[in-house]
Amino acid sequence: MPPLLQSGAAAPAFALADTHGATVTLAELRGKPVVLAFYPADWSPVCGDQMALYNEVLPVFQNLGAEMLGVSVDSRWCHAAFAENRRLRFRLLADFEPKGALARRYGAYREQDGTSERALFVIDAAGVIRWSYLSPIDVNPGADGILEILGRTEFSRRWNLCKRTRHERQSQRIEAGGRTE
Amino acid sequence: MSGNHSELKPAVGPNDHVQGRDDAPITLVEYGDYECPYCGMAYPIVKRIQARLGDRLRFVFRNFPLAEAHPHATAAAELAEAAASQGKFWEMHDMLYEHQNALGAKDLERYAKALELDRAALEATRAGGAPNQRVRGDFMSGVRSGVNGTPAFFINGRRFDGDWRDAEIFAEELESRT
Repeated sequence: MPPLLQSGAAAPAFALADTHGATVTLAELRGKPVVLAFYPADWSPVCGDQMALYNEVLPVFQNLGAEMLGVSVDSRWCHAAFAENRRLRFRLLADFEPKGALARRYGAYREQDGTSERALFVIDAAGVIRWSYLSPIDVNPGADGILEILGRTEFSRRWNLCKRTRHERQSQRIEAGGRTE
Repeated sequence: MSGNHSELKPAVGPNDHVQGRDDAPITLVEYGDYECPYCGMAYPIVKRIQARLGDRLRFVFRNFPLAEAHPHATAAAELAEAAASQGKFWEMHDMLYEHQNALGAKDLERYAKALELDRAALEATRAGGAPNQRVRGDFMSGVRSGVNGTPAFFINGRRFDGDWRDAEIFAEELESRT
């Protein structure tokens, strides 16, 4: 089993089906940070399961410009039932055939269980892994690690820059308008 | 970061709802949701632990409503925060956990009446938006502290990933931190 991919590695490409059968690729998400959350299986029997938590925190991820994707070896039909039951508002990808192929490429497959690990990856807008984390299989890793990275350095800088540029452009226009009058 | 290293942010401060002495050697913080059945299970366990540890324990409650899963959780949390402005946070906290299967709008009204809250003042507090902001602030502090479900417990600032469902074992765990 190859080790978990670490920060600095190019994120392996993927093309996996979502719950509607549409193919989601990493390439089409270029230009925005992507959070890839591998988890062992749908239907974990607790209120605060990992996907439910990300569903609650989703607006915060979105404010940071990030795309949240959940991945397990469950089929798209299982994902669809799970997503509907838990009212998930982000996409779940089926790493189903060949089973766990994507998890293997990210170093996040558990041979002994035939599922993915509970592993998180934050991928930057250029497709480079900026953070990865392997959680003990029975511990929901929470969202703090993801938010800390998304709020940091290149991620926040890019987003703040956009805002600042827009703001500066506006104030320049106002100043320019003021001078011509 | 994540995992076992999650630390409470911000630390317990003057704005928190606190039971117990400020100089208690053990501080237990719960992030909870009034509609979550596991939090309902934890409620009497925390009471037993408070009785057992007495002055050695300071207990703090912060809101972590899982609004997508629990449609009444946010309104219940906001009511408790509004009750706090009339000095009745803990009374409402207990009322809500003791009736967590009835948290509809009419039920909440009944609890406010039962605790003799000033209705006009309550409405004004809610309309001012402070309870809403407080609940959202608690939620975000929970996310940043590594809350990974409800209830989430922090013992002296560190997330506790062990089993809290047996009051004896949980109390021993807390006592071992002194």
